[in-house]
Amino acid sequence: MEIEDALPAPVADAGAGPHHHLPTLRIQPSRGWSSLGLPELWHHRELLYFFVWRDLKVRYKQTALGAAWALLQPLATMLVFSVFFGRLAKMPSDGIPYPLFSYAALVPWLFFANGLSQGANSLVANSHLLTKVYFPRLALPISALLGGAVDFLVSLIGLAGLMAYFGVGLSSRLVLLPAFILLAFVTSLGIALWLAAINVQFRDVRHTVPFLTQFWMFATPIAYPSSLLPEPWRTVYGINPMVGVVEGFRWALLGVDTAPGPMVALSSAVAITLMVTGAFYFRRMERTFADVV
Amino acid sequence: MSEIAIRAEGLAKQYHIGALQNARSGTFRESLVDLCTAPVRHARRVLRRESFRTPKDEILWALKDASFDIRRGEVVGLIGRNGAGKSTLLRILSRITEPSSGFADIYGRIGSLLEVGTGFHPELTGRENIYLSGAILGMRKAEIQQKFDEIVDFAQIDRFLDTPVKHYSSGMYVRLAFAVAAHLEPEILLIDEVLAVGDARFQKKCLNKMEDVAHGGRTVVFVSHNMAAVSRICGRAILLDDGRVANEGSAHEVVSAYLMGDEGTTAFREWPHVDSAPGADICRLRAVRIRSREGGVSEAVDIRQPVGVEIEYDVLKSGHQLLPHFYLWNEEGIQILGSNDLDPKWRRRPRPAGRYISTGWIPGNFLNEGTILVDVAVLAIDPAIVQIYERSIVGFQVVGSLDGDTARGDWAGAMTGAVRPIFEWTTQHSAKVATTA
Repeated sequence: MEIEDALPAPVADAGAGPHHHLPTLRIQPSRGWSSLGLPELWHHRELLYFFVWRDLKVRYKQTALGAAWALLQPLATMLVFSVFFGRLAKMPSDGIPYPLFSYAALVPWLFFANGLSQGANSLVANSHLLTKVYFPRLALPISALLGGAVDFLVSLIGLAGLMAYFGVGLSSRLVLLPAFILLAFVTSLGIALWLAAINVQFRDVRHTVPFLTQFWMFATPIAYPSSLLPEPWRTVYGINPMVGVVEGFRWALLGVDTAPGPMVALSSAVAITLMVTGAFYFRRMERTFADVV
Repeated sequence: MSEIAIRAEGLAKQYHIGALQNARSGTFRESLVDLCTAPVRHARRVLRRESFRTPKDEILWALKDASFDIRRGEVVGLIGRNGAGKSTLLRILSRITEPSSGFADIYGRIGSLLEVGTGFHPELTGRENIYLSGAILGMRKAEIQQKFDEIVDFAQIDRFLDTPVKHYSSGMYVRLAFAVAAHLEPEILLIDEVLAVGDARFQKKCLNKMEDVAHGGRTVVFVSHNMAAVSRICGRAILLDDGRVANEGSAHEVVSAYLMGDEGTTAFREWPHVDSAPGADICRLRAVRIRSREGGVSEAVDIRQPVGVEIEYDVLKSGHQLLPHFYLWNEEGIQILGSNDLDPKWRRRPRPAGRYISTGWIPGNFLNEGTILVDVAVLAIDPAIVQIYERSIVGFQVVGSLDGDTARGDWAGAMTGAVRPIFEWTTQHSAKVATTA
């Protein structure tokens, strides 16, 4: 394991002087909050890549349909929604064909929900590594989410197909789509960091996650438009960061005008707060992972 | 003085056993209930003038005060009985867990091998696992690519390179795992007893590879119970006892002092309190003694005399069949034998609670000269649950004789081998000398 990069510059240059006596690393009990160790994480980017690669390989080994699952999951959900909410409940959909309307929301939603459960479970699932070898622990939840990004891209292709089918063209708003993808990533990482760290101590998290995602799905405008809410409540609704993501997707791809700046700004602020606090909490709990897991 | 690679100052590590167990099995609800009832419990304890340290929050010092220097290029063996803190020390130095106090300075890139096959995934092929495990152990992708052929060659698995490792035999698995690990090249390498696996031939190959590594100028810290390997590979050894450095110096000196019983081994051990005695819920070890035929406890035994391994234990729960047994090891770390209690009185019979003493007698003229270490164990049968398993818990010396009535006969030189029984020899003689010429 290489660790020089994680240390302040003067220490990393220890080899230069005649007194070669500065340690490259000091191991001691840490107190209070730790730094995030981002340079070290960057140093281990290849490991991150291998974790993602492993997860993908293993996930689709011995499956008959392979990566087609990434497409089937949102399509099947979309069909159910279209029948029950679109047809039977006559849910409004901001003038967009209902299947497209719900699918555009399901794409980032499933990325979030799958990433959340994978990320929350990432430490416990890799406990055999935590107790046997050192690497930046943040690599585990992050790689769990990145693994979901591949499924996300596949389902995004499905979305493109659906848009072509319904004859919805692209606009220059597409340029901002990556920003909303990033927002989805930040949101799921924030929650996953919290849950992963808590899961090490309290396995209750495992039971909580399915319930949490289900609850959260109904609190997010996937089957219904957020335009059902009057202002200012619609903006306040952005306190759920997935609202910003979903409405952002519809805004960028389908031309729906329900994602004005304030709502997305609020969502972004909440998501970033979750991620930053989650990362620090994770780092703080990290020192006991190997002893407790 | 050459440069320092690792400097440890007062390293200590405590575990909250109670807290640990609590967290392991604990749920959020229990923890919340605990939190709410804590003030009441504490108040009650104060009223009763009890200690705050409940059995639930017992503290275990896995490492108490370890200070030492290891210089660059040194190969250091870390020895000591089980529970002395070796593995904890290694886990701290490899940054898996943090010390509770003290510090260690590491000068150089550090890598660790605490198990064989770290990061292996059973569903992935051998080829894929080489990359995965290599990356997890700290190798760069380019480095793995460069060494790939060498690794495959070392492991001798080229035919199965694209087979998932779940279909490997355990020997193949171990070979591949070690091959990846052996090609790791940090400046400081920490190794935990990984050589205790695989067949003898492969173990030898691993030891040779380790020696290469050691002579390559890298710093190696090597935890092992294999005293022969430690003496052979390591220049220096550090003996840990009860979480402290009990002895350090040249590997030969430390190993022999340890085996001679200065620090580690005596001919008897006793546990006065049943609560702190080793064992599990059905039975607890109370004493182990090396007995001579005359009945005395004996550190040194004449090679011609029988010697008894006496295991004294309490059975706390009635109704279980028990199998007391022991293993003998010589000072080279070679297992000589294992012996099970065959006493017909208790064999296949559930035992009532109480105190038992089981003694196994090793005949005279059987063991070779030298130090013998004894592992003592008691197994509950059906279901088989290990109740007691204490490694190297006692030891004794087998002392030879030149009187001519032992297996050495009239030979006065070295007698090698793990055992030295007297065999019956026969000789056939014919007066007719073959004179063909």
